[in-house]
Amino acid sequence: MILELQNVSYRYRTGTLALDDVSIAVRDGQSVGLVGESGSGKSTIVRLMLALAKPTAGAVLFEGEPIVPTRLRRFRAAVQTVFQDPYSSLDPRQNIESIVAEPLRSLGIARGADARTLVAESLAAVGLPADALTRFPHEFSGGQRQRIAIARATVCRPKLLVADEPVSALDVTTRIQVIDLLAELRASTGLAILMVSHDLSAVAALCDKTVVLNAGRVVESGSTAGILATPREDYTRRLVSAVPRLPAT
Amino acid sequence: MTLLSVTSLGVQTAAGRPLVSDLSFELAAGARLGLIGESGSGKSVTSLAVTGLLGAGLVATGSVHLDGVEVVGAAERALVPLRGRVASVVFQEPLTALDPLMRIGRQLAEPIARHRGLRGAALRAAVAEALDEVSLDEKRIARAYPHEISGGQRQRAAIAIALGSRPRLLIADEPTTALDVTVQAQILRLLDDLVDARGMALLFISHDLAVVSAMTREVLVMSSGVAVERGSIERVLSAPADPYTAQLVRSARALDGMLGER
Repeated sequence: MILELQNVSYRYRTGTLALDDVSIAVRDGQSVGLVGESGSGKSTIVRLMLALAKPTAGAVLFEGEPIVPTRLRRFRAAVQTVFQDPYSSLDPRQNIESIVAEPLRSLGIARGADARTLVAESLAAVGLPADALTRFPHEFSGGQRQRIAIARATVCRPKLLVADEPVSALDVTTRIQVIDLLAELRASTGLAILMVSHDLSAVAALCDKTVVLNAGRVVESGSTAGILATPREDYTRRLVSAVPRLPAT
Repeated sequence: MTLLSVTSLGVQTAAGRPLVSDLSFELAAGARLGLIGESGSGKSVTSLAVTGLLGAGLVATGSVHLDGVEVVGAAERALVPLRGRVASVVFQEPLTALDPLMRIGRQLAEPIARHRGLRGAALRAAVAEALDEVSLDEKRIARAYPHEISGGQRQRAAIAIALGSRPRLLIADEPTTALDVTVQAQILRLLDDLVDARGMALLFISHDLAVVSAMTREVLVMSSGVAVERGSIERVLSAPADPYTAQLVRSARALDGMLGER
């Protein structure tokens, strides 16, 4: 088990209950999709899973233990993230080499020639040319920027990638390419993925397991194929049937 | 006279970079057309050019006839009578389309008063009716500010405002892209019903082939500012003639296929 939320609740200071008794686990190499609409608690779960917030009740466990300060560096190296908007998640003033090397610097993993080797490997793994190193974010398209963000997240060889709507801002063709890239990284490195998305087709393309959230609660969870084909809960049925489909030809 | 007639429309930046080139299409009263394109295709710039809303620094060439009036190069004074009365726009993001400092009821009353000349009790009744038409609770929503209601409710309010002036053409530019999928389904049904009931023409702009196919039978596909394909949605999906369209359809089919059988 890499990361686990155990009976977690989260209450805002205003008193609103954002999460109510949520349990989610991600095992080694597993890909889990977290599906829900606005206000379902997806973003709060991401913040808890990245140890950016503490639950009001329940526990967040990394490799079976609480994430105490002495384990934080190890946790950060093992659990990395990719955000939705590739335009705001990359520092426009840094070149790509410096952006991708950031986790190596801040976690004290490698510097100098070692860091350069890891960065070059990471960029190659996401399908970007070596000459990207000296260029800047504005020189790249949205899809390429998301590849850069993925290179940064995977440069320290994490065990789990938390991807928060990683393809929602991308055009459909680019969306498929980035999903394929994530699937390849998973196959080649055993990377586990927790993908948060409102887009059921992206989740279906990448995730073996799906957790459906609504209003801060887990409505239903199980195999992605099972949830799409035979949803048990009313809410899941409504969600699945609301997805616009192409007419059959 | 055709309601909307676009002939060799071009839009350039001040630096001369073309955003739309040689675009031509027509939309008759009561007809529907889907404008499909991805980011940078020029679809939103087209919707702005059609209503004479291009920002400073963008230059239109060619011709856009809206209800017989030339829009390209027209003075603001000539365009004002067209906006609302002939064509209204619903934008992607209702939070920025609505005035944050004005209650929904007042924002809705404005176009109704201006275009239908109603005042007092008759105006209040028309506002209530307009809210009811988009399934919003009149008592609560009319008194609310935009931030106090949900995204779906805001888009319903924006639709009510766009329709308050009784336009003959509705331009919907990615109207459901910012919404949750269950809300999207409701808004699409609402738009479909209202456009039908009023016999309005609809120019529906979207990047999403599945969403467009729910709204229009005729589509025009744009890529890098150029119309690359047009025809019935069935034909475009089953036998795309243009390589860009073929790629787009293949990608959309691949993602759709992930969801399994219906």
